[in-house]
Amino acid sequence: MSKARISPLRSGFVHLALAGYTVVALFPVVLTIMNSLKDKNAIFRTPLALPTVETFSLIGYTTVLKQGDFIGYFQNSLIVTVVSIFFALLFGAMAAFALSEYRFRGNTLMGLYLAIGIMIPIRLGTVAILQGMVAAGLVNTLTALILVYTAQGLPLAIFILSEFMRTVSDDLKNAGRIDGLSEYAIFFRLVLPLVRPAMATVAVFTMIPIWNDLWFPLILAPGEATKTVTLGSQVFIGQFVTNWNAVLAALSLAIFPVLILYVIFSRQLIRGITAGAVK
Amino acid sequence: MQVPARPRRWHILVFLLPAVIVYSAVMILPLIETLRLSLFNTVDGQSTFVGLSNFQVLFGDERWAADFWRALKNNFIFFAIHMLVQNPLGIALAAMLSIPKLRLATFYRTAIFMPTILSFVIVGFIWKLILSPIWGITPFFMDLVGLKSLFGPWLGKPGSALITVSLISVWQNVGIPMMLIYAALLNIPDEVIEAAECDGITGWSQFWKIKLPLVLPAIGMVSILTFVGNFNAFDLIYTVQGALAGPDGATDILGTLLYRTFFGFQLQLGDRSMGATIATVMFLIILAGVSLYLFGIQRRVRRYQF
Repeated sequence: MSKARISPLRSGFVHLALAGYTVVALFPVVLTIMNSLKDKNAIFRTPLALPTVETFSLIGYTTVLKQGDFIGYFQNSLIVTVVSIFFALLFGAMAAFALSEYRFRGNTLMGLYLAIGIMIPIRLGTVAILQGMVAAGLVNTLTALILVYTAQGLPLAIFILSEFMRTVSDDLKNAGRIDGLSEYAIFFRLVLPLVRPAMATVAVFTMIPIWNDLWFPLILAPGEATKTVTLGSQVFIGQFVTNWNAVLAALSLAIFPVLILYVIFSRQLIRGITAGAVK
Repeated sequence: MQVPARPRRWHILVFLLPAVIVYSAVMILPLIETLRLSLFNTVDGQSTFVGLSNFQVLFGDERWAADFWRALKNNFIFFAIHMLVQNPLGIALAAMLSIPKLRLATFYRTAIFMPTILSFVIVGFIWKLILSPIWGITPFFMDLVGLKSLFGPWLGKPGSALITVSLISVWQNVGIPMMLIYAALLNIPDEVIEAAECDGITGWSQFWKIKLPLVLPAIGMVSILTFVGNFNAFDLIYTVQGALAGPDGATDILGTLLYRTFFGFQLQLGDRSMGATIATVMFLIILAGVSLYLFGIQRRVRRYQF
């Protein structure tokens, strides 16, 4: 559709509506970050004003960094997220390759089995997961979280990656076989590099729910040494409800890494969701 | 092309095994074990098969039934608000974004999707601060439009708390329906739109008569994602209203009830069997919804091949 047929009046309304909603979407976050940089009086007297030279204060941030082990929490979140994504992608890609490449008995059934987890949330098994982790002595370890998140990420990873692997040319793989490559070498050296864009999409998708999850850290790893950023800020803010500087600073500290990653990866993420429709 | 049948193709097993082991051990087996636990309870210190009596207790016993039915009812209200507000809003935003050659479309898209990537904890606390009567941001804005008298501590009043929390969740998640429907709208081929324009169908009626029917499969998909997400929700309510889902249980949904029941909270001791029973009910609800979607809706929705 190349003709822009929209009248200026209508397009004005559209811009008004979209810009209006954009303000609604951004305002709470901007407000939080803005006020985290002010002193207490300014937070209450002029909450909508930008910090000025007189009202600028980092007191909230110093309180937070002194009291809470945010760097530790951040490390935990990073380890859990990165390791889970790595295993979900590796195991997921291997399974996706088996399902899309070979015809064997039970292939369809296996595909369906591995797809159950796309629709049925892993949370529903929490009672038994906790029981199992207690039995295995993994409570309050990052390993417990990594296992859970790897399992959680696998179904979607397998589903998306096997769609992509079907598009890798058979001629290429057969050429590899004639050259004497083993099936493993075909997977790791031929197929895997070709599906790298799809892997990036899956990684971004898997990352957000893992980083943001509160349920499993709360239940499986609530100890001080294994708290993730999400749980850490939840507990920290809960303790400091009356110290507005600290609360706003803690919120801002939790927002920044996600926001920075989003600015970097938003194209990738949005392209992944809209699967090629966005040009 | 297939490898000619060799005696044993071990590599298939090697490729499948890690995923199948982790997925089965951490996801499927615990799920089955949870379903099984719902049929057992501790009698005289021993785990005993009790049939469906846990469910009888949950649905009918005075200690449990009131909480359970209230959580179920609240969960349906929570879902209804998402379907009535979040999804229509998402469709409207997607429809506007998909107008060809719209300036700033990428900016709007990125900005409106941003809340979706924030954690529930951040979202919950931010809105708690904004709605707080102490800070006065909300009363200030309501004063601007002359509605200050309508302001109240919405999160603290049993009558309005659930609606308020649902709307916070809508604010956070509206990006998902927006994106999925936006993608579906962009996938409508230009020829279809051009043909409609030749027939004089433009603007509003073009949206209702041509585009909306074509994106129905995406709307169905968004609805089932909303359903599963809502009946599994926990984090936002826990952050905003605490594990007791106050005031007075007004925002208690199945997720928070499950947490309190099996993990215990304050004076309440954790009860594994009843926790498993609630999880089983949630499983059955989600399964019913997903089956209805897969067999009832998804197959009936007419798909157009372009």
